[in-house]
Amino acid sequence: MTILGQISLWLALLVAGWGSVTGVLGGRRRRPELIQSARRTTYALLGLLTVASASLLTALLRHDFNVAYVASYTSRNLPVVYTIAAFYGGQSGSLLFWAFVLSLFAAAAQWLTPRRYDGLMPYVSAVTSFVTLFFVAVMVFASNPFERLPFTPPDGSGLNPQLQNPGMVVHPPMLYLGYISITIPFAFAMAAMISRRLDTGWLHAIRRWTLLSWTFLSIGITLGMWWAYVELGWGGYWAWDPVENASFLPWLTMTAFLHSVMIQEKRGMLKKWNMSLITLSFMLSIFGTFITRSGIISSVHSFTQSNVGYFFLGFLVLTGLALAWLLWTRMPELETEAQLESALSREASFYFNNLLFVGMAFSVFWGTIFPILSEWIRGTKVTVGPPFFNQVNIPIALALLALTGIGPLIAWRKASPQNLKRQFAVPVAVGLVTAAVLAVIGYSDFYAGMAASLGAFTVATIAQEFWRGTTARHRLHDENYALAFARLVGRNRRRYGGYIVHLGIVTYLVAFSGMAFKQEMEASLKPGQSTAMRSPFGHTYTLTHVGISQYERLNRFVTAATVEVSRDGERLGVMTSEKRQHVDSFNRPQFNPSTEAAIRSDLREDLYIVFAGSVAGTEEAVYRFTINPLVWWVWFGGVILVFGGVVVMWPGAGPTRASLRRALPGYAVTLAAGDRDA
Amino acid sequence: MVLLGGGALPAVSAVRRFGSSVVPPSGRHQNQPSSQRAAEPQDSLVGELMDPTRAGKLRGRVTEYENHPVVVGVEEKIRCTCGCNLSVYTCRTTDFTCETSPAMHQRVVELMEQQQSAQQILDAFVAQYGESVLMAPPRRGFNLAGYLVPGILITLVGGALAVMIVRQTRVQAVRRSSGQVDAGRPTARASDRPDTDEQARIKAELEKLGM
Repeated sequence: MTILGQISLWLALLVAGWGSVTGVLGGRRRRPELIQSARRTTYALLGLLTVASASLLTALLRHDFNVAYVASYTSRNLPVVYTIAAFYGGQSGSLLFWAFVLSLFAAAAQWLTPRRYDGLMPYVSAVTSFVTLFFVAVMVFASNPFERLPFTPPDGSGLNPQLQNPGMVVHPPMLYLGYISITIPFAFAMAAMISRRLDTGWLHAIRRWTLLSWTFLSIGITLGMWWAYVELGWGGYWAWDPVENASFLPWLTMTAFLHSVMIQEKRGMLKKWNMSLITLSFMLSIFGTFITRSGIISSVHSFTQSNVGYFFLGFLVLTGLALAWLLWTRMPELETEAQLESALSREASFYFNNLLFVGMAFSVFWGTIFPILSEWIRGTKVTVGPPFFNQVNIPIALALLALTGIGPLIAWRKASPQNLKRQFAVPVAVGLVTAAVLAVIGYSDFYAGMAASLGAFTVATIAQEFWRGTTARHRLHDENYALAFARLVGRNRRRYGGYIVHLGIVTYLVAFSGMAFKQEMEASLKPGQSTAMRSPFGHTYTLTHVGISQYERLNRFVTAATVEVSRDGERLGVMTSEKRQHVDSFNRPQFNPSTEAAIRSDLREDLYIVFAGSVAGTEEAVYRFTINPLVWWVWFGGVILVFGGVVVMWPGAGPTRASLRRALPGYAVTLAAGDRDA
Repeated sequence: MVLLGGGALPAVSAVRRFGSSVVPPSGRHQNQPSSQRAAEPQDSLVGELMDPTRAGKLRGRVTEYENHPVVVGVEEKIRCTCGCNLSVYTCRTTDFTCETSPAMHQRVVELMEQQQSAQQILDAFVAQYGESVLMAPPRRGFNLAGYLVPGILITLVGGALAVMIVRQTRVQAVRRSSGQVDAGRPTARASDRPDTDEQARIKAELEKLGM
């Protein structure tokens, strides 16, 4: 079966090369047969990579340990769900996963894109085939998932225990889906530039792809935070690890892109920004996977250092140069259609919105590569950790939070003083009152206080928008409030779904600020002994060590330490943290023992208990106790964010009237005749 | 044999209340186990594990230094050199197989017992391991670029943006006051290579208008 997979990869290499060439030639020379061939190439790639993926999956499920990849990442006693997840858990398997999903998205783009964008499709096909060609080439020449061992081991090495977690099943594919799907809007942007069809049409074609990509990235990042929190045991969810940063970078630029395309659709402005942002997002998605795979920056997430890094570096450099040339030569055709009329306008706020998002992306990028830069220039290694990133990025995030409240309410073209007063009087008052209350109660952290105050301001703006829209419908259409609300959202999904997404962001940022009040301590307790811990919310936990038990389960040997928890004298229950020693099917230890935290979560805080170890092999246990405020709201913020994204994406919310007009032929003539855009 | 310790709790149950004799700088470590141990079970009554070898690395008892705010504050600024990229404090309280962070913790404790200040302890680690042992680069020399470049760039670009916006809005204001129509420019320049029917039509229309 793996021979079939190997052959499929070789064929995919040839087919992808063919598709890259015929797509461009067919588009340039308007040769229908070449265009058709390029289109069919996209479907053929999907078929070939499906066969290759099925081959690898079969090898995994059959425990074919003669295949090096299967032996490296699975074992006979690994639960089936993790055996399947091992498909994308290692270097070469994840490359195959990337290529397969990309071919799936490319085929979907060809199939689903309306006929009116046919002029772009040959180039879209060429770009997606070219990117697929790259990933297949890396597999064929540097990291073959079907490589065979000279012998067949009786069992595999198994999967890292930290990856044996439900989060492992979902987080990497979501993140990959986000990274990979950026290629589709990028391909359309390149098609627009190559074909010089630089009106707003390409934006309409990619709108849902962009939202999909952003939503997958958001889900992937949130799941990654959740996975780190429950699995790694350090009690946090974001460490500004280089690989974490690498996923955050394209999210930032995609968020900026999602916002500024609205300006292009509405007013024909920010065209250069938009083209640059989508190009940058694609480059950052490749950069992200380069960071993970090259070992150039050490990270707990990194794959083993290998020579695939050189392939990615070469791809980044060559495509970067090509894209820069393409952008440069098309600049004259990306001139803005309209001019800014006022500094107090939504258009102006979007300029600053873009600046802050790209600025934050730069600061994260800068901090990530600064160690390499320092070593290169000074010969001195430095570490750039959370203190740097927090110091630089928190002020930018707070400015973005403020803009999140200001931007949607400020008028297009020019905001009058009356408009400003009407829109912002109540939200500003809410923000100021919040700040005053926090100051009075002694909220000690400045940035946390700012986050809460600006969050209150932004929530007030969102609530105001929903209230005004609902009451307007109630009055106009005589609908009850519930129906008016539902129809308001249903008929303006883009706008109100966007507000829901903003609410998710506010929730995130306020929840993050809770970590400023984190409490931690270590204690060693004999059975029956207790310790106490005070929460930032004023109550006291009493933590009593019950004892330690040991037993076998599935593919591991467990040492479990149990704590009885009370809060202000009220018994809450027991919590158990574990040490797990994984074993293979011959009962031999695999990997170092891993630690599973016990987490008790409520709306205010999480009580997080980690069993650090036994004192001299006795039942006396060493624990690390942590109180993490507001963590539940981090996960809930993710749910709100994704829900908002789904609302925006839901079919039926099409392009605005203004943008549809802009995309029609003859629009330039209409403008030249003096007909103003609405 | 394993003593589960379940069921009813032993009659002797010492509640260890936190007490802080040192005000922690960040407030994060206000909770510390008291050094006063009241009526704790005797060691002879504490059972042994069935298989200590599979219970992870065996530990010693927590001392006052594990939670000492100065120790913890210093350890949060020092990177564990085992390759995990975490601070010494996070590594030693998370990765219980690491040998490096406990050793670095011991060194911090030794230096503190020698009455060295937090900064002196940090300097000692830098002298031994180099600047890369710090979780953030010291703010001097080339490292300042790390801290300042993002903010400077954002400020410069923001300033340029503000100037551009003011200039554009002034031009628009002048145009409005002089009665000029604020027509946006054509979406794309009249193509020199009308390679589609649509573009040919646009070009013909523009020519009719004399443009």
